[in-house]
Amino acid sequence: MKDKIDRKIPQTVPRQSWTFSNEINSEIRRAAATGIYDIRGGGAKRRVPHFDDLLFLGASISRYPLEGYREKCGTNVTLGTRFAQNPIELDIPVTIAGMSFGALSGPAKEALGRGASAAGTSTTTGDGGMTPEERGHSSKLVYQYLPSRYGMNPDDLRKADAIEVVVGQGAKPGGGGMLLGQKISDRVAQMRNLPKGIDQRSACRHPDWTGPDDLEIKILELREITGWKVPVYIKIGGTRPYYDTALAVKAGADVVVLDGMQGGTAATQDVFIEHVGLPILACIHGAVKALQDLGMHRKVQLIVSGGIRTGADVAKAMALGADAVAIGTAALIALGDNDPHWEEEYRKLGTTTGAYDDWHEGKDPAGITTQDPELMARFDPIEGGRRLKNYLKVLTLEAQTIARACGKNHLHNLEPEDLCAITMEAAAMARVPLAGTDWYPGKGGF
Amino acid sequence: MQTIDLEATGLRDLNATLQAQSADTNQTAWEIVNAKGSHALAVGLDAPIDVTVKGSTGYYCGGMNKQATIRIHGSAGPGVAENMMSGTVIIEGDASQYAGATGHGGLLVIKGNASSRCGISMKGIDIVVQGNIGHMSAFMAQSGNLVVCGNAGDALGDSLYEARLFVRGTVKSLGADCIEKEMRPEHLEILRDLLDRAGIDAKPEEFKRYGSARKLYNFDVDNASAY
Repeated sequence: MKDKIDRKIPQTVPRQSWTFSNEINSEIRRAAATGIYDIRGGGAKRRVPHFDDLLFLGASISRYPLEGYREKCGTNVTLGTRFAQNPIELDIPVTIAGMSFGALSGPAKEALGRGASAAGTSTTTGDGGMTPEERGHSSKLVYQYLPSRYGMNPDDLRKADAIEVVVGQGAKPGGGGMLLGQKISDRVAQMRNLPKGIDQRSACRHPDWTGPDDLEIKILELREITGWKVPVYIKIGGTRPYYDTALAVKAGADVVVLDGMQGGTAATQDVFIEHVGLPILACIHGAVKALQDLGMHRKVQLIVSGGIRTGADVAKAMALGADAVAIGTAALIALGDNDPHWEEEYRKLGTTTGAYDDWHEGKDPAGITTQDPELMARFDPIEGGRRLKNYLKVLTLEAQTIARACGKNHLHNLEPEDLCAITMEAAAMARVPLAGTDWYPGKGGF
Repeated sequence: MQTIDLEATGLRDLNATLQAQSADTNQTAWEIVNAKGSHALAVGLDAPIDVTVKGSTGYYCGGMNKQATIRIHGSAGPGVAENMMSGTVIIEGDASQYAGATGHGGLLVIKGNASSRCGISMKGIDIVVQGNIGHMSAFMAQSGNLVVCGNAGDALGDSLYEARLFVRGTVKSLGADCIEKEMRPEHLEILRDLLDRAGIDAKPEEFKRYGSARKLYNFDVDNASAY
């Protein structure tokens, strides 16, 4: 080197490898030091084609807009009209996705119930049973039926406003649950009939049914136990959305919940989160097509989740054919997860605001993804509920703003024709035309 | 004795009638005829009534049972007494897969044999099988007791938590983290009580006890090959 400098040979700047980036190398070093894969919370962090790659066309001469603030744009949705005696009526088409007590603290679950109820929508239990906090504070509560059956009992089942049979989720389609020992408090252990402090790995398959024919009988049993009163949802991770949606309908679902890879998890291997499953944008068309082919679109409702952040995302999902959306990660951020207020503490944990994802360790400075009494006490469920309600209202107002601009007097009237794509990938995945054309990849006549 | 003809009544009315019985009902004895392998029979019951099913049942008979005693005079399809909370389910014949799956309490008695995954993910239920049980039984079993008077198939008690397994005959193979354990006097007492309640004549001393080695409770990379 010195010799080169002495001879005045021009130097190239140090070049980092794209393949072996600092991020990749740090993971290699972490793996070499520990011998175990990286576990984290959240959904896929990689950049994937998303709703950002779609735009609404709006109205001008060929389409007639509605007057903002003056002309009505409806937002209500009814879920479970196929078989249930008591379908769920929601004021807004944004629901709260399933998140377990165990993964979240009791006060955080309470806040989700408070916020959702104030905004006129539903919350969902998770892999850990139903707590009095969330039932008490949720005017509409969906009870998840999971492979682990932790805390499952007929009394809580009958308290539910709907049952969601979880077959998979977007963050880990084909994977089971994981709640590591540090979050297994006395109460969590008691609800799950397991010793305190052990790692809990929930099964990835249900213990008493295999395949869609069995699932149909399982749903019959659940309906018989609950007197055919409440809707039965089936939740699937985004993998083969056309076939999975068709089979869910065949099995007797009232509602299909479809979750893309950006959807969060409490704890899963990073390699699973980032490398298995489809972006939600690539899922919706297939699911809607399956419903249409079966003559069941709008008869079996479709809830879409995984990366919903704004009212624009809500409107785009609905324009592609969803009846409603669900939010998980966004709801936690509204409650105060990853808030800059805790930056100093995030740094002590070796992370930073926005990047904190070690939810499984139970050390959440915001007191949301933890069972530690001191950390939990930092979180005020009333204030959290108020923040969530505000956020849900904004999502709805934003979606209405867009719908009116497209001339729609109800969010459900948004349609693919209102959209264009600004990338080839998004056009191909969502099957909406590339901006400025009437073409998408796979369609002839470019 | 109230008799319900399933063919004439239909499943919904049958279950609704049985589910409507309260703790102080004086109609405590019920009989279901023409079961003919129907699914979801006598599910979600919650009263101390006695229900006899004449013939074999399909999937999930007695599912989520509380308090009731359900006797199946025939064989039972998959998932019999799944997620039972309390009460008793007695099967005179054989039981198909996942008998007593995820059960939280109560007693399940199988007079014949049980197929694979008997007691999968059990959470407090007691299961007594007079015959043999199939492979992967008591997979991820959390608590409760599984008593097998005959033989057990492959991978018994795989990924077991705190459930106790008692087998009188042979065990084809043990699953990951399941080991034979010492039979102490308190276990003989539990076993004697279960055999008594199941009405099965067998000597507790003839059984071996199996349980969790508890080596997989917290992830250790050196155990990765066990999974």
